Amino acid sequence: MHMQMDWIWGLIGGGIIGLAGALFLLVNGRVMGASGIIGGLVDGSGRSNAGERLSFLAGLMGAPIVVVLLSGWQPESNVTGNIAALVVGGLAVGIGTRLANGCTSGHGVCGISRLSTRGIVATLIYMAAGGVAVTLFRTILGVV
Amino acid sequence: MRNLFSALSGILFGVGLMLSGMTDTDKVRGFLDIFGAWDPTLMFVMGAALIPMALAWLWAEKRSPVLGGNFPARSEPEITRPLVLGSILFGAGWGLAGLCPGPAIASLGFGGTGVWIFGISMLGGMALAPALRVRLDAMAPSS
Repeated sequence: MHMQMDWIWGLIGGGIIGLAGALFLLVNGRVMGASGIIGGLVDGSGRSNAGERLSFLAGLMGAPIVVVLLSGWQPESNVTGNIAALVVGGLAVGIGTRLANGCTSGHGVCGISRLSTRGIVATLIYMAAGGVAVTLFRTILGVV
Repeated sequence: MRNLFSALSGILFGVGLMLSGMTDTDKVRGFLDIFGAWDPTLMFVMGAALIPMALAWLWAEKRSPVLGGNFPARSEPEITRPLVLGSILFGAGWGLAGLCPGPAIASLGFGGTGVWIFGISMLGGMALAPALRVRLDAMAPSS
């Protein structure tokens, strides 16, 4: 039962994520890639459209806060208490997504839906690497 | 106008990530646990997200963006060294912390200090990436 509800929420949430990407593409003419939007502000490559990036990030961070305040629902995040894992994981995600030019949203959602070779290859690689990492760090070492 | 629609996309993205379970690091690790007790929920998230997005790409084919400019050009189907190495690093960090860039920003407001530690570290990694890319390119002139 619990699992079944998860699937339904997965479909609903996923559909909304797809609408967000479709809106950003059709109206603003841009690919909705989270790592690219953030990274362009960090390394200065996105200075020319910083306003667009900051508005996107404000909506992305602000909307869940409003949902929590209005609904009283406290979503699970289950973030690990292992600080080293968070620091190393954050660094790897930051460096990796910028080297690869994309993450789950850019290469995954926006790339696969366009049948982009780079998007499909990147998604297969980061999912496989994620599988290995979970097996190593959670199943074998038990650190997260 | 651009900023308004940008914020609207961000809002939809944040709500979608939150409802779908993508901000629950246990669900993400459960999905990545392909050699263990695999949780397929995030497959449904990805599948559902691809439908509106694929329709948008089709619609975009012979048109221009509503607010002007051009749609992003298709990238060369070139599998470069930074794409492969970067994706390996990204996947490893995603599996370790259970967070990727979008859900990390979306859960800053409700996920506790751990999300902030991850987020600040991620920004640091993004700041380091251009210098690393230069070195990577110097090592392999072909890519």
